[in-house]
Amino acid sequence: MNAPVYNFAYLDEQTKRMIRRAILKAIAIPGYQVPFASREMPMPYGWGTGGVQVTASILGPDDVLKVIDQGSDDTTNAISIRKFFGKTAGVATTASTTEATVIQTRHRIPEAPLHAGQVLVYQVPIPEPLRFLEPRETETRRMHALGEYGLMHVKLYEDIARFGHIATSYAYPVKVNARYVMDPSPTPKFDNPKMDNCAALQLFGAGREKRIYAIPPYTEVVSLDFEDHPFTRYRFDAPCALCGAEDAYLDEIVTDDAGSRMFVCSDTDYCEARQAAGHRGRESAAPHKERAYD
Amino acid sequence: MYVAVKGGERAIENAHRLLAHERRGDRDVAEVTLPQITEQLGLAVDRVMSEGSLYDRELAALAIKQARGDMIEAIFLVRAFRATLPRLGATEPVDTGNMRLRRRISSTFKDIPGGQILGPTFDYTHRLLDPDLAEGFVPQQPATSQAASAPTPRVTDILGRDGLIEPSPRADADKPVGDLTREPLSFPADRDLRLQNLARADEGFLLAMGYSTQRGYGRNHPFAGEIRFGEVEVEFFAEDVGFAVPLGSLELTECQMVNQFKGSATEAPCFTRGYGLAFGQSERKTMSMALVDRSLRARELGEEVLAPAQDEEFVMSHSDNVQATGFVEHLKLPHYVDFQSELGLLRKLRKDFAEADDNPHRMREAAE
Repeated sequence: MNAPVYNFAYLDEQTKRMIRRAILKAIAIPGYQVPFASREMPMPYGWGTGGVQVTASILGPDDVLKVIDQGSDDTTNAISIRKFFGKTAGVATTASTTEATVIQTRHRIPEAPLHAGQVLVYQVPIPEPLRFLEPRETETRRMHALGEYGLMHVKLYEDIARFGHIATSYAYPVKVNARYVMDPSPTPKFDNPKMDNCAALQLFGAGREKRIYAIPPYTEVVSLDFEDHPFTRYRFDAPCALCGAEDAYLDEIVTDDAGSRMFVCSDTDYCEARQAAGHRGRESAAPHKERAYD
Repeated sequence: MYVAVKGGERAIENAHRLLAHERRGDRDVAEVTLPQITEQLGLAVDRVMSEGSLYDRELAALAIKQARGDMIEAIFLVRAFRATLPRLGATEPVDTGNMRLRRRISSTFKDIPGGQILGPTFDYTHRLLDPDLAEGFVPQQPATSQAASAPTPRVTDILGRDGLIEPSPRADADKPVGDLTREPLSFPADRDLRLQNLARADEGFLLAMGYSTQRGYGRNHPFAGEIRFGEVEVEFFAEDVGFAVPLGSLELTECQMVNQFKGSATEAPCFTRGYGLAFGQSERKTMSMALVDRSLRARELGEEVLAPAQDEEFVMSHSDNVQATGFVEHLKLPHYVDFQSELGLLRKLRKDFAEADDNPHRMREAAE
């Protein structure tokens, strides 16, 4: 039998070079979706194959990798991807936002500010911000080419007309470098302002849809809004029950079947670092943490 | 329980250990071997090779075993391995006209040069469960006779001689063959890419799409001009020696559909083609593929595009079962960050709604 042999970080060097070319083009045209010949990865489409291909292509042996899903390092898919690179690339991994050189994420931007030299790799399910307004790729590409974003503004306006405010809570569209309207991936809109003028390079990989896009460091990223209905962040109005943070995005955890719930930081690294620094919320421990047993 | 999502490292390991245990099943029952799969579940192997786009019976059998018989999972395993293989080049086009035939039928002519050959087929069997097959059944040796030496031209070539069917489009020999696994797909797509997409497409999806054209959604009046299954030689042009060298042989099924075409102001009425090709014996797949190929030619033939099966963006974007299953099943991944945002929004909307009930003018004012 032809026993399989795999390269450093799984992908062959030719494929990595092809992806890096797409990344360079994406950086040169901020917010523009660059088509690339996405490969079948050993995890399913929709489970981070775009982000994994981007990470595999930029990863070097000296990199320190952090992988988060829903803000947490120990969600199952984050563990699976981190182990994948631990196995195929042998790179150091970390849960610390500041120590990591490459952070692959799904659905969140870390709370701790990113610094120059870091790369944040987003997993993107549907890269096209106009997709749910216009299902055809041929049409949406034309709309981007012409900068024809009226449809999106009409959608936002209709929200205001119906609900009194813009009723988009995640994957909230942004305009990058005053040119392309871009989907920030399904991050809560709470995270949108962190993309603006960010010191780190932000790369977005959509494997199934075969698109890569980027926000270079220190690029203007504006959440779409209207003068009389400015963009607002949403955050549940409570401190974190564990670390008392007032400024972090919170997970709602249902603690029993009688309607009790607690709110804790979605970014586990941020929360744990704050607890280690002596910050306390009104609860002392997370419920349902995996039991240690032998 | 929350544990299912957070802190799952040990949970993942244990789940995979349990999976391996379940895959093996009752350990008192003999383990299934790869030769048993390639020999006795050959059509499953054919499908995994076709949709996995990799002609390797042994790896396909391994994938089927590893996937516990889940075909899409097996196809996925083969695809993920294939993605890492280096490309040496493209072979010479295979000549299906010179196929060593094991089966060949035409529904358009009663007799054809070289004859109709039924070969191994489920057709005309009565679908009655056969208890004799349960164990220890020894089938009769197949009937044999002298192989006919007459040529077996393709039926569409016979029609082509009288100009009754459009000529098969000639590829530009200098132009490289499109490969959607190496270049991202863009629309409109050329026919080579469409055919590649359909050859890799999910059999069930193609079947439903082809079926929909028969039921009137993009009807194109098909006849099964010819279906042939057999072995063809594969040759590779070696630059060093300056001629094509044989690489080996493949089993293929080819289906040529013959479809009506009314003609246009500039073109006389003639039959048009729909083409299907797959590894191994895959008749349902190739027939469906030929129907869908023909319906996707609507734009090229100046037909009105009204039905889903005529819409290349719709068909090609949703035909790949590895892509489709990944995205559908990704809904199993945690979405609680987005869901939290939606909860917040919904609570606000409901609060606004309750307040608007108290003051019916408020919502209208916001809109103005």
